[in-house]
Amino acid sequence: MNKPLLDVRDLEVRFYLRERTVHAVNGVSLTVDGGQVVGIVGESGCGKSVTSLSLMRLIQKPGRIDGGQVLLQDKAGTIDLLQLSEKQVENIRGNRISMIFQDPMTSLNPVLTIGYQLMEPLKLHRGLSTTEAREEAVRLLDHVGIPEPRGRLKEYAHQYSGGMRQRVMIAMAVACSPDLLIADEPSTSLDVTIQAQILDLLLELKDDLGTAIIIITHDLGVIAEMAEKVVVMYAGTVVESGPVGDIFNAPKHPYTQALMTSIPPLRNAPERLNTIEGSPPMVLAELAHCPFEPRCTQRVERCAADRPPLVNLTPGHACACWVVQAREGGSHA
Amino acid sequence: MPEPMLETIDLVKSFAVRRGFFAARKARLTAVDRISLTIDAGETLGLVGESGCGKSTLGLTVMQLYAPTSGTVRFNGEDLVELSPLQLSRVRRKMQMIYQDPYASLDPRMNVEEILTEPMAIHDIGTQQERIEEAAQLLDIVGLPTDALGRFPNEFSGGQQQRIGLARALMLRPQMLICDEPVSSLDVSVQAQILNLLRDLQEELNLTYLFISHNIAVTRFMSRRIGVMYLGRLVEIGPSASIVDTPLHPYTQALISAVPDPQPLETRRNRKLSGDVPSPIDRPTGCAFHPRCSLAQELCSHTEPQLRELESGHLVACHLAKGTGDTRRPVHETA
Repeated sequence: MNKPLLDVRDLEVRFYLRERTVHAVNGVSLTVDGGQVVGIVGESGCGKSVTSLSLMRLIQKPGRIDGGQVLLQDKAGTIDLLQLSEKQVENIRGNRISMIFQDPMTSLNPVLTIGYQLMEPLKLHRGLSTTEAREEAVRLLDHVGIPEPRGRLKEYAHQYSGGMRQRVMIAMAVACSPDLLIADEPSTSLDVTIQAQILDLLLELKDDLGTAIIIITHDLGVIAEMAEKVVVMYAGTVVESGPVGDIFNAPKHPYTQALMTSIPPLRNAPERLNTIEGSPPMVLAELAHCPFEPRCTQRVERCAADRPPLVNLTPGHACACWVVQAREGGSHA
Repeated sequence: MPEPMLETIDLVKSFAVRRGFFAARKARLTAVDRISLTIDAGETLGLVGESGCGKSTLGLTVMQLYAPTSGTVRFNGEDLVELSPLQLSRVRRKMQMIYQDPYASLDPRMNVEEILTEPMAIHDIGTQQERIEEAAQLLDIVGLPTDALGRFPNEFSGGQQQRIGLARALMLRPQMLICDEPVSSLDVSVQAQILNLLRDLQEELNLTYLFISHNIAVTRFMSRRIGVMYLGRLVEIGPSASIVDTPLHPYTQALISAVPDPQPLETRRNRKLSGDVPSPIDRPTGCAFHPRCSLAQELCSHTEPQLRELESGHLVACHLAKGTGDTRRPVHETA
């Protein structure tokens, strides 16, 4: 079997604050195949963004990656991003893995023209001349659907609308044809009609360039439309992962089930929504039990005593829940 | 037919803006443009639209927090635009508002008891002891423990803060709540708690809601009828189910098909909208939606369509929309 493009194993990230230590990511494992779209979904504070920043080695003090491996397939073999020097990682960033963020305005420099910001990395990373870089920038903007790209190179970020800014970010991110694009809530600050345009653009680029995409969002609808594989996170752990059809049509973990039924559907509105009592926890110590146990309606004694491992129920569909494993069996993932 | 609780007639709110180099040019931005709608006692009217469509401004103008530029707002038959500030304060007891960001709308230096008793103090209702008793009772109604009274807003989670905002809005026992994106900043599991609570309260306290949101699924869950706004205009209004299942306006159709549906195996409907929402300052002539509309004809570019009732209770402002023509059941909207 082919090795996955990206193989994250037992990732641990903690934030060392003055009065406490926040365990943001607690042993996250996931894989992404070449050209695959993987969705990471969870509520705020579940560690989905911290996970993605760790993949780019962008965690800053007081945060620290305390353990695990981030294995990237390379022509030369497998490399562990967590073992590389800062210099080597810079070479990977933007080139092999690139990232787009929720708010494009904060990622763009307001006092430089869009053209300058697009051309500069092309000159640096790909060694193009100014003229070549300008032509390439025009091509990129055209590719992401910006009308009259040549004229718009001279404009500044504030002259672009929110959707257009996100298109520019995407153009920058794909400039070096990366193998993996990490999109952290790429459409959250946009209106729904603009969101639909951006999501379509990402899928088009995936088909054109063969780029694998990790899309991070709290919106299950976005996941359903975009992802082939879904990773559900809670309290810095993966509680369930599997093919999108399995996760949406037959969710196993009590948290996934509750999440699915707590969003109002567009059609056939129910009388009441399912709710999850309480709110998501902040993990301040080593997890010794199931993090969802206090809010879980299906909990048994073991849940409070022992942390459930992520095990495969069927090939590719994994779940970390004692109750599900007792009912359906499963083998270690 | 009983009188509606709230009625707006040709309500307009416009702002003077300055544009250009050193703000040399003056222009007018019409955020709410001739909106006429009604809300019956005990019902929820949802308002949806994208950012900048004027839905929040409409809520604030209804509350008279913005003075309307022209038009009428009637609440229980009384024209609010004509009222003196003193008379208005009496009406505001009956009409309260809850906001999107619960933390920003709570004073961080006041504890919950002070936050909740303040509205009664302002309106000079009851003794301090009665106010505190009322506050404790409302905390119970919105699902917070009574010992929350002595605590401060930052000690609560986002969902709990929204419950405090809700309790404060209910302190004066209003008849109507204007909810402006009340769950947009909350996580989905917490959002569901607040939405259920809003529906329970509506039943228990016989409340009327104007529910403003950009989220169509949430609005559908909450509302009996939905109005859709685009660039300050109401382009479609009707029963929630018809708006979502059989939208008649091309904009509503595009808006609804753009909502990512959490049903992964369903084939994706493809009615994509290209381009951005134009600036309300440079409003297109005719139908404001025509530059983005795939069906637009010459007529649309110069003649503004008016709301027409195409199905029972379902009105749409589009020259080209065709309904079933079944308008037999009585309706109360005025176009």
